[in-house]
Amino acid sequence: MPIKNYNIDGFFDELLLSAGNPRPFSRSLVDEISAISHEELTNRQKAAEALLMQLGVTFTVYSDSRSTEKIMPFDIIPRIVPSNDWEYIEKGLKQRITALNMFVADIYGAKKIFKDKIVPEALIFDTEFYLPVLDGFRPPKDIWIHISGIDLIRDKDGSFYVLEDNLRCPSGISYVLENRNALKKTFPSIFHNLPIRPVSNYPGKLFDGLKYLADENNHEPNICVLTPGIFNSAYFEHSYLAQQMGVDLVEGRDLVVENKILYMKTTKGLKKVDVIYRRIDDEFLDPKYFNKNSLLGVPGIMDAYLAGNVALVNAPGVGVADDKAVYHYVPEIIKYYLGEEAILKNVPTYQCWKEDERKYVLDNIDKLVVKATNLSGGYGLIIGPKATKAELDEFKAKIKANPRNYIGQPVISLSTVPTITDEGLQARHVDLRPYIVYGKDIFILNGGLTRVALKKGSLVVNSSQGGGSKDTWVLSQ
Amino acid sequence: MLSRVAESLYWVSRYIERAENVARIIEATYNFALDGAIEEAHEQWAPLILSSGIEGDFSKKYGDNFSKENVVHFLIFDEDNVSSIWSCMKSARFNARALRPVISPEMWEELNYIYHYLQQVRLTTPSEEELKLLFEKIIRFSHQFVGLTSRTILRDEGWRFIKMGRLLERADQTSRVLDVKYFILLPSVDYVNTPYDDIQWGSLLKSASAFEPYRRKHNSIEYDKIIDFLVLDKSFPRSIRFCVDHALEIVKEINKERPSEALRKTLELSKELENKTVHEIKFYGLHEYLDLIQQKLNDIGDAIYRDYFNLM
Repeated sequence: MPIKNYNIDGFFDELLLSAGNPRPFSRSLVDEISAISHEELTNRQKAAEALLMQLGVTFTVYSDSRSTEKIMPFDIIPRIVPSNDWEYIEKGLKQRITALNMFVADIYGAKKIFKDKIVPEALIFDTEFYLPVLDGFRPPKDIWIHISGIDLIRDKDGSFYVLEDNLRCPSGISYVLENRNALKKTFPSIFHNLPIRPVSNYPGKLFDGLKYLADENNHEPNICVLTPGIFNSAYFEHSYLAQQMGVDLVEGRDLVVENKILYMKTTKGLKKVDVIYRRIDDEFLDPKYFNKNSLLGVPGIMDAYLAGNVALVNAPGVGVADDKAVYHYVPEIIKYYLGEEAILKNVPTYQCWKEDERKYVLDNIDKLVVKATNLSGGYGLIIGPKATKAELDEFKAKIKANPRNYIGQPVISLSTVPTITDEGLQARHVDLRPYIVYGKDIFILNGGLTRVALKKGSLVVNSSQGGGSKDTWVLSQ
Repeated sequence: MLSRVAESLYWVSRYIERAENVARIIEATYNFALDGAIEEAHEQWAPLILSSGIEGDFSKKYGDNFSKENVVHFLIFDEDNVSSIWSCMKSARFNARALRPVISPEMWEELNYIYHYLQQVRLTTPSEEELKLLFEKIIRFSHQFVGLTSRTILRDEGWRFIKMGRLLERADQTSRVLDVKYFILLPSVDYVNTPYDDIQWGSLLKSASAFEPYRRKHNSIEYDKIIDFLVLDKSFPRSIRFCVDHALEIVKEINKERPSEALRKTLELSKELENKTVHEIKFYGLHEYLDLIQQKLNDIGDAIYRDYFNLM
């Protein structure tokens, strides 16, 4: 289907310079799409969806008494990242994650950054994310943030910004891997024509990163993935990663701590666990230390952790570094620890706990995005230009009641990618979440999750808010 | 292996085997009805409920109305019947979701496919033709699953628990299939050794996938020989003895290191079947004897739970 009547509308489109005029690196894809009928394209879309359903890449929707399973909405038109853009992103991510890891180590260690007055102490120690029990603790190999996903967006001129640092159990990697499998079946010929870098090495790299944390003398460490269980919306991902790495997928009830050692219950009795990739939030990890009512966690697992008998991935307490209130300071944090300017820019941020900035936010709320600092997943935010007067007034009241809890940012007009809709191919807004594994080295997967806002004009890409995903092709030349 | 994983493997396999047997027995009853059977609906369909230990749940819904429609719906789709085909496949898939790191993607995809298929059919009012297709699909799926299992996963402990679940369930189901006949025969002893009886026994053998193998071994259809074939035969893979003997081999493999109750109980049942004759079974009463076997199979299941799934 020729891509005409495609309205780029002043945004930065990832594949097209203008309607019918592809960017040089996306020409073979755009040519192929243009050569096939809308019907054929729709058929391929349906085939890809059926495949994901068959593979069980689903999450459960509880609407009435009958629960149904759905696949995460998926669009077969991929996003392409040329190699020069990718090199720049890679450098920026490595720099950012190195600095953030040093920051967390400093918070629980020497606390120099507060003494040097770069970041206000209260911003960290007053939050629920700071875990006093870890004060003075050093995790294996001094790595805190093993797995992260840093969300990037692009403005009208194509420049990249960091939207959010996800340092606590970021999800979505299984979609990256399964979307790729689906697309190989959807556009096999293009894979021959474009130098698309593979993503299938992720589970191996993740495994290496986990194994690196175990004692060097232990040649076959017992590594597990800890899931809250089958009812968790990301359960598929947990089981998928365990499967791809060939390790056990455990639940809290499979584990027990005796004498500060973590064990799993096997058919032959107890077996020591050395490394846990836990996909349970800090709060629910250990009822002895945190939420007393948690049935998902393991009583005493923190004792085993603090005694150095098990490695937890990611380390508990890293939430101090991806709080939306800390985000603003990341460029300063990078400069402080590395002596470098931040390669990836931050979106300018107004902090509502500072009086002048709060005033600016309240006066200009109709032009800004305002977000609650303690929520994610597209919850607790308002997009000024798209909100009604009543909604804006309601939000203003919330800001005034609890200024510490809110930040404002200018509306960045996210870049677009052609997407299949009932009215043919149309531009839809996207962001990009690359995945980072911090092990012996820092590994950045050559790909990532492109989340797409499927609703016309929408800028919210979160799956909980009607977003879907696309495959991301990083080119090697 | 994680106890929870071992337990789930065991149950996935039991549920699939159970679903297959339910499909088989309904299909055989349908076919029997097509052969000009003259009995009342009650007499044809009620035993399917009465022999499976689910009569309580059935009568809560339908009282004593054992019509074809009620029985068939209850056995295929009813969520309140834990042994309905739908309940079994739902439970199998639920367990399998927790097993994805252990089972092969091929096993998962087959199970997922049949689950979504059943999910669709159960929202419609299927015709008899569609039901026939459903039975065929379930039975074929069960065979495929067993085949995929043997060709795609490691022959480790997990594999043994899968096999264990299948064998115990199969032994139990064969005993129940035979028990159905007991219920049917009870009101009409007159039929014994009439051509009609031949058809009935033939239908019974078919529901245990036993018709052709039986013919190869014994040719003529006789009451004693059928009991011998389904309970005591050493070579027929669905006979109770065959299943128990093979379960014994499995327990021995699982249990190299320490003594276990499961091993003791399986050995005991295997010896019991080895030394039994049809004559003794008839003297004891077939129904009573089958009850006893079912009880012993349950005991083995309980022992497995204590020995491997809940060691703490």
